[in-house]
Amino acid sequence: MSQTHILSGGFDSPATGSAQAFRAAMEAMARPGTIETLSGGTGPAPLSDAAATLLLTLCDTTTPLFLGASHDTDDIRAWLAFHTGAPIARREDAQFALGTWSDLAPLGAYATGTPEYPDRSVTLIVEMPELSNTGAVLRGPGIEETTRLNLPDPQAHQANRALFPLGFDCFFTAGNRVAGLPRSTDVTAQPVAAEEV
Amino acid sequence: MTEYNFAYLDEDTKRMIRRAILKGLAIPGYQVPFASREMPMPYGWGTGGVQVTASILTPMDRLKVIDQGADDTTNAVSIRRFFQRTADVATTEHTAEASVIQTRHRIPEERLGAGQVLVYQVPIPEPLRFLEPSEVETRRMHALEDYGLMHVKLYEDIAQHGQIATAYAYPVKVSGRYVMDPSPIPKFDNPKLKMGAIQLFGAGREQRIYALPPFTQVVSLDFEDHPFDPSKADHPCALCGAEDSYLDEIITDDRGGRMFVCSDTDYCTTRREGDTA
Repeated sequence: MSQTHILSGGFDSPATGSAQAFRAAMEAMARPGTIETLSGGTGPAPLSDAAATLLLTLCDTTTPLFLGASHDTDDIRAWLAFHTGAPIARREDAQFALGTWSDLAPLGAYATGTPEYPDRSVTLIVEMPELSNTGAVLRGPGIEETTRLNLPDPQAHQANRALFPLGFDCFFTAGNRVAGLPRSTDVTAQPVAAEEV
Repeated sequence: MTEYNFAYLDEDTKRMIRRAILKGLAIPGYQVPFASREMPMPYGWGTGGVQVTASILTPMDRLKVIDQGADDTTNAVSIRRFFQRTADVATTEHTAEASVIQTRHRIPEERLGAGQVLVYQVPIPEPLRFLEPSEVETRRMHALEDYGLMHVKLYEDIAQHGQIATAYAYPVKVSGRYVMDPSPIPKFDNPKLKMGAIQLFGAGREQRIYALPPFTQVVSLDFEDHPFDPSKADHPCALCGAEDSYLDEIITDDRGGRMFVCSDTDYCTTRREGDTA
């Protein structure tokens, strides 16, 4: 891995690039299940462009970051150190966590906030093979009626919803696409037989 | 323009505010603390709203700023010019054309929807503050969902005045959990709080940000036998004749002369232009 790969991949224009990226991320979190396009940042494999862009937009030296095993590589650590300066942390101390769904477990280890300060909680950035509006049914703030998202583990989000107003919030990323799933969303697992083919 | 970073604030500050906005959207109605910055305008002139707007603005946005419904009052004009100068952003007075609307104390009459963000300037974000001065106590009350005091206050209004006497900043319950101050909008605007646009609330002096995602359930607090009433002056607008808009009372002379006109200047102007066309 060459040094230039570590140094490249930031926003062409940090102020306007991160502004546009944030608007996409905000739309994703405000409208759970809506799949937005998120690009501008590129990091070392296996980091998706959407996840790289989120990290550039939201992380800095004040946000401890947990790396799941799949994303805990020397290249990604070096890229994050150069572009964000985010300290790498344990699950318990992390404000953001990056990895595949199975790498991020156990979910019980993360901060879910306190009754007085439920915002002091982790945001998971979950790398997915693909995103589609199929599978689990979502209801709640930000959704007019219902929508769907191919969540890896709907039960985990039901347990998380039960903690409300405590809990974790998720961004799901694949390629240059992102979807948000805040703790406020009601998730109903859809039986496989009932899914559209 | 080149003397400033895009949209005035530095990137570290914007990231901090953006993280607060995301947590605010994830916990609708909860007040997220943030490290409010000094802005080149006094507290009370919308420093919270300005910091939120600065953190969400992109070069592609079209910004509208209103002060009590009007695009042409001092506060609205100065904030609009601030962002023209520091973000080089396009501006408009037409509600439908705007992608970001910063507002002081009104929700536009025209329906807002997808692709739009409404940013409120909030003086006192804590709905319980005038009932309980201690921040430690009010924070605990929100944690325990202990809103009895607010109901007592509304009840005492009824006992004294025969009706709930709160006419603006009328408290609402968000998504069945947090009681929230919708900022000093007239209670006439409360039913519009459930809308298709994203709503963000910024309180600069009090250092709080909170949010309502689109279509979030927002219920104005009331009693079964004293249901919420979004009342308005019982007149049509003297300029455009609208009967469904919120009206300002204008004193026209010193002999008791008065007229009622739309508080939303864009709504009123658009209606009058439609008549003459």
